Amino acid sequence: MASSAHAPADTFPKLLVRNARMFGNRPAMRHKDLGVWQTLTWAQLLDDVRAYAVGLHRLGLRRGDTMAIVGANRPRLYASVMAAQMLGVIPVPVYADAVAEELSYVLAHAEVRFAAVEDQEQVDKILSVSDRLPKLETMVYDEKRGLRDYDHTRLHAMEDVIAAGRKALAEDASLAAWLDAEIAAGKGSDTSIILYTSGTTGQSKGVVLSAERCIGAGSDTVAFDKLTERDAALAYLPLAWVGDHYLNYAQGLIAGFCMACPESGDTAMADLREIGPTFFFAPPRTFEQMLTRVMIRMEDASFLKRQMFHYFIGVARRYGEAILNKQDVALHGRLLYWLGNVLVYGPLKNVLGLSNVRVAYTAGEAIGPDLFSFYRSLGMNLKQLYGQTEAFLYLTAQPDGQIFSDTVGPALPNVDLRIADNGEVQFKSPGQFVSYFKDDAKTKETMTPDGYVKTGDAGFFDSKTGHLKIIDRAKDVGKLVDGTLFPPKYIENKLKFFPNIREVVAYGDGRDFVAVMINIDLTAVGSWAERNNVVYGSYQELAGHPLVYDMIGKNIEEMNRSLAEDKVTAGAQVKRFLILHKELDADDGEVTRTQKVRRGFVAERYAPLIAALYDGSHEADISTEVTFEDGRKGVLSARVKVRDVATVPAAPTMGKAA
Amino acid sequence: MRAPADSDIAAGEILLSIENVSLSFGGVRAIRDVSFDIKKGEVRAIIGPNGAGKTSMLNVINGFYQPQQGRITFKGETRTKMRPYDAAHGGIARTFQNVALFKGMSALDNIMAGRTLKMRRGLLWQLLRIGPALNEEIVHRHRVEEIIDFLEIQAIRKVPVARLPYGLQKRVELGRALAMEPDLLLLDEPMAGMNLEEKEDMSRFIIDVNDHFGTTIALIEHDMGVVMDLSDRVVVLDHGVKIADGTPDEVKRNQNVIDAYLGVAH
Repeated sequence: MASSAHAPADTFPKLLVRNARMFGNRPAMRHKDLGVWQTLTWAQLLDDVRAYAVGLHRLGLRRGDTMAIVGANRPRLYASVMAAQMLGVIPVPVYADAVAEELSYVLAHAEVRFAAVEDQEQVDKILSVSDRLPKLETMVYDEKRGLRDYDHTRLHAMEDVIAAGRKALAEDASLAAWLDAEIAAGKGSDTSIILYTSGTTGQSKGVVLSAERCIGAGSDTVAFDKLTERDAALAYLPLAWVGDHYLNYAQGLIAGFCMACPESGDTAMADLREIGPTFFFAPPRTFEQMLTRVMIRMEDASFLKRQMFHYFIGVARRYGEAILNKQDVALHGRLLYWLGNVLVYGPLKNVLGLSNVRVAYTAGEAIGPDLFSFYRSLGMNLKQLYGQTEAFLYLTAQPDGQIFSDTVGPALPNVDLRIADNGEVQFKSPGQFVSYFKDDAKTKETMTPDGYVKTGDAGFFDSKTGHLKIIDRAKDVGKLVDGTLFPPKYIENKLKFFPNIREVVAYGDGRDFVAVMINIDLTAVGSWAERNNVVYGSYQELAGHPLVYDMIGKNIEEMNRSLAEDKVTAGAQVKRFLILHKELDADDGEVTRTQKVRRGFVAERYAPLIAALYDGSHEADISTEVTFEDGRKGVLSARVKVRDVATVPAAPTMGKAA
Repeated sequence: MRAPADSDIAAGEILLSIENVSLSFGGVRAIRDVSFDIKKGEVRAIIGPNGAGKTSMLNVINGFYQPQQGRITFKGETRTKMRPYDAAHGGIARTFQNVALFKGMSALDNIMAGRTLKMRRGLLWQLLRIGPALNEEIVHRHRVEEIIDFLEIQAIRKVPVARLPYGLQKRVELGRALAMEPDLLLLDEPMAGMNLEEKEDMSRFIIDVNDHFGTTIALIEHDMGVVMDLSDRVVVLDHGVKIADGTPDEVKRNQNVIDAYLGVAH
């Protein structure tokens, strides 16, 4: 690793200077402009950032100020972050799609004096709330289009600011020395950046991160994944998200690799193919969309190609993961896999832009085991990580060769993880945040007396692998009467990975055991019924069919077996279930418009069924009011069966995990 | 995308004037003795109820139809007859009411087609794709990429236009017209069949084209809100006759226009 070669750089501007010296002619950033990829080397980038910093200083930006950064992933916005840090100014990135309300809250809370924005849209948005931003003085923008006729007393084009800075540097020789001193004056303990959380739970909070901690965390993962200046990444994640700042900006500067900015938000997937990154991150949703796109296009392919595709995907499922994990595979399997790689996997990865990927991560939500193993079986080193803004996204990651779809990996080097009594994951880590900006009460609330940070997530260490498993938000985790942890979402997600099951509602908090209500997936179960000569006239009839009950019962038993493998979850096995006679529907208020179950409402509406789950009866009558598509209301009555499921005794404990 | 150097007409002066133009198809008199002018740098709208002769008027301007009577003066040159090729050469570009793109070609190739008249090398050179022809192509491609950037259609650059939604096809067509670097841009119902968001986008592009490149624009449009917002001056036709001409406000208050749109008891 390069960083050990010189005195360790403890701020990002110092790293930039180091990179310009060590990798001067290597690419630092790429950006597609007018259809052609343009490259900026580390030397050029440093030169631009220096000129930019001088230009901003001439406009009045001073050490200790804050500067908002609003826009998409563009080199000049990343340069704005660097230029700010060079002057000891704290950059505050804001989500580009934030509405004016959110934007004004963050900008006012962070007391920004300057804002570096992408284009007219962002300028307009900020101007529309400028009466609420008395501290905001100056805005600089990247894209000139449409801004020609604006009042330019407090508005400047970045291009002009950089040009003015460059001119000043050329005219006044002492300015360069002054700037060098400014860079040297930066300390590792200085605030490097303030990242605002997206605010899904209440008002967003400004997470203050210091330079040495950001660099400490970044250096550890750069070493963990052996990233070097020869790697490349596509910076397409939101600039204001900790993931982008960490994975691309921080790791890029530390390892010296090249960060490519997509041409526009819509072209990211096409740009992915052109750039062919070696390091790639995407949320599970993106991987799922990519797979769906492939599957849909395969449907339209010729017969021969379709057969070939399905045959070799089958081969990949059998041998792919084992080969990737460097396990023993029979020669016959290896040969088939090699052939498949030539004919299918290679071209497929090429189309998706994943040919060069050496390390890929996913995080943010649970990833389906099938989806996960699909990518891994193609030979792509997809892994999971876990972290949060308060930890600079650096808590756990799966090491090469130890990959499981339902864990997020062991604690990373130097991370101290523990599980509190209520199941909450708590940590001390190198990237740990300093405080919430201007909110000591919240900071205190988040820290334990002995200096650990509460994540708000509940989890446990898997006794077989020692990896962390995240099961739910800590506040949603309940307890059975005997004190066993009951993580509803964990159970629901596990069941939802079965294709036959569309929606699940689990109950257990304050009860003797766990019971679930299930919605079958009409498409999957319907096609199963067709193949097995099961006749049905309606959703209700299919849902109540004894064979369907048998099938779902088997699925639940299978999940119970996997729950039993771990001491923590063994007690939360499902003992009874029923299949609902109707689909949970947003029109009836049972799920939100984004398809999230409204647990409390469902519990009230189906109270007789829940009673039946717990009183031991095998049938219950229910009648509910339903709203039809045209708005008319009707009453739907049904007799719903309740079944018992076999549970599995807990596996013997294999010794305490880390 | 500046106007060619040979056009010495300053902004605000008359770029095109139509004098006493009449056009009939057999017994149908589509345009009857209409006169108006278009000034350089303005957005000029031609409106009117269905069958008023708006598209015919546009076709007369770009030489697709030959009027039986009247004179057309464009950039100081007066003529009674003009062929579409001459019109295009002279700096008039247009889009069509029904999108008229090369369906099987990509958005990029369609817009490149708009550069045809600017190509100086002959077919043979183009086929060889060496030396001067290659250099020329690079220059043209650069211009086309500027237009793609301007219209924000980077993501569909290589998509065959037949696969694009209607609103985007309209945008590609505008791109092809812009690629000609016209002095006068004729838009035949640029917003027809669009939803509100697409209309807003298109309005913004029209304003930007006018503002950024100084292109003179004549447009036909049904959406009155759009017309009143976008245009500097409006000419109103009804049954082939000019019934009003003036600023949007003047036209809005004109009794003849109100009658034509709302209908009167005869």
